[in-house]
Amino acid sequence: MTTKNQQTCVVIGASHGGVNFAFALRKEGWQGDIILFDVDPVLPYHRPPLSKAYLSSSDKIEKHALKAEEAYQKNDIQLRLGVRVAAINRSEQSVTLDNGQVQNYDKLVIASGARPLMPPIEGMQTVNHLYPLRTAADVENIRNAFLQSRRKKVVVIGGGYIGLETAASLNKMGAEVTVLERESRLLARVTAPYMSDYFKHLHESQGVSVCTGQNVTKIETENNNNRVICADGKAFDADVIIVGVGIRVNLELAEDAGLKIENGISVDETACTTDENIYAIGDCSWFFNQHYQTHIRLESVQNAVDQAKVAAKAIVGKTVSYDALPWFWSDQYDVKLQMVGLSTGYDDFVVRNEKDSKNKFSVWYFNGDRLLSVDAVNNAKAYVLATKLIKSGAIIDKGKLADPDVEFKTENLLIN
Amino acid sequence: MAKVTFITADDEQITLEGDSGSVMELAVQNDVAGIDGDCGGVCSCATCHVHVAPEHLAKVGSASEIEQDMLELDDNANEYSRLCCQIELNEQIDGVILRVAQ
Repeated sequence: MTTKNQQTCVVIGASHGGVNFAFALRKEGWQGDIILFDVDPVLPYHRPPLSKAYLSSSDKIEKHALKAEEAYQKNDIQLRLGVRVAAINRSEQSVTLDNGQVQNYDKLVIASGARPLMPPIEGMQTVNHLYPLRTAADVENIRNAFLQSRRKKVVVIGGGYIGLETAASLNKMGAEVTVLERESRLLARVTAPYMSDYFKHLHESQGVSVCTGQNVTKIETENNNNRVICADGKAFDADVIIVGVGIRVNLELAEDAGLKIENGISVDETACTTDENIYAIGDCSWFFNQHYQTHIRLESVQNAVDQAKVAAKAIVGKTVSYDALPWFWSDQYDVKLQMVGLSTGYDDFVVRNEKDSKNKFSVWYFNGDRLLSVDAVNNAKAYVLATKLIKSGAIIDKGKLADPDVEFKTENLLIN
Repeated sequence: MAKVTFITADDEQITLEGDSGSVMELAVQNDVAGIDGDCGGVCSCATCHVHVAPEHLAKVGSASEIEQDMLELDDNANEYSRLCCQIELNEQIDGVILRVAQ
């Protein structure tokens, strides 16, 4: 018979979710083995800086390590990097690695995340220097290609956060950057038109060319030059092309193992899948958000870290229920954007400007009277207030909120 | 080179040495319990909260506006609170004692 201290917990994926889970599980008192597998050979690192400070610096990736190498040893966490898990064998409670080895588990956590979506664009296979941006290796490739390029011309396909952050970083490095976005505005999937306009102007004021409504159909490569061609015939020269058009969730292992899949791996409030011994956390999981009373999948550090802690508690038998308010951030140039909540379903929004700075404001998204989410630009106070107000469900006086003369305090903003 | 002493929630004292980067990076690289730095050091998550020993506050300096605002997310914040990703590791702070916030 297996006693508890001989149990093995296997984790597929060693990024924000997997690593935080492993340390949380140890902290919760798990005495058995903890084994983390990841395809990426690099000591696990923070991903958000990749498109921001890391890209434009000459830092080594170790500076952005999630945990020090010694911390894994100290906590008896086995890190198996550069290893791909090829299959989950539920009936045997084991995983098969790509080298054919088999590793048994008592509990399995899937933290497999996502990979960049590479749209089928004609000519993409023969392009010089086209890269996604998700891993440290991607950034190395982008840096090297950029530094070696003669004209420093960069085309970024996709005007979401990754695309815009990358554009800002490369602009800072001296690139001539063009952003091509298929939708009629930037960040169309995640923010209101007001924010889209703000970021378009921000990038243009820094010298980045932003072209919306541009559907890239073809890339021609000749004599080391790439020409990115759009459906309307416009063409853009590029030494380096960055693709940031979204992600594909890494679902295949879970799918092949017969776990329930929706828009991600379906999990309950403890991050447990339809197999009681298998959990799924982070970008790959599809769960019910209690605050918004709807199923969601989130691509964020907050979700990966918080769900990791929930899964760790659940696995050691604690009663737990995932109920975190989502939050996100983005840094572009000297602009700090902080977001809390989810704006899905908003029918009204209020823009709050501040008297002390033109570059400091917040956009408050409502459904009727209910505050759903807030985007705060250079305004941590708005972000913090919003976090508290969304959690409390308080009803806000929209007129007072919009009035910069009303001091920014919770008690001033509530309906009397 | 600067020496920084962390006192964790379990009253463990850890003295570390470094000469560049942030105090948060020093703590994470040396596995100081309670300093998570989830956002990687950009003052966005408030998971690297420390209380500066009162006698060292002048050396370390007080929190910036954005940092003060972020600290309001934490009920344990007081006038000695800092987010240590915003404290630069340099000779000026040599010898300071930081208590990791609960």
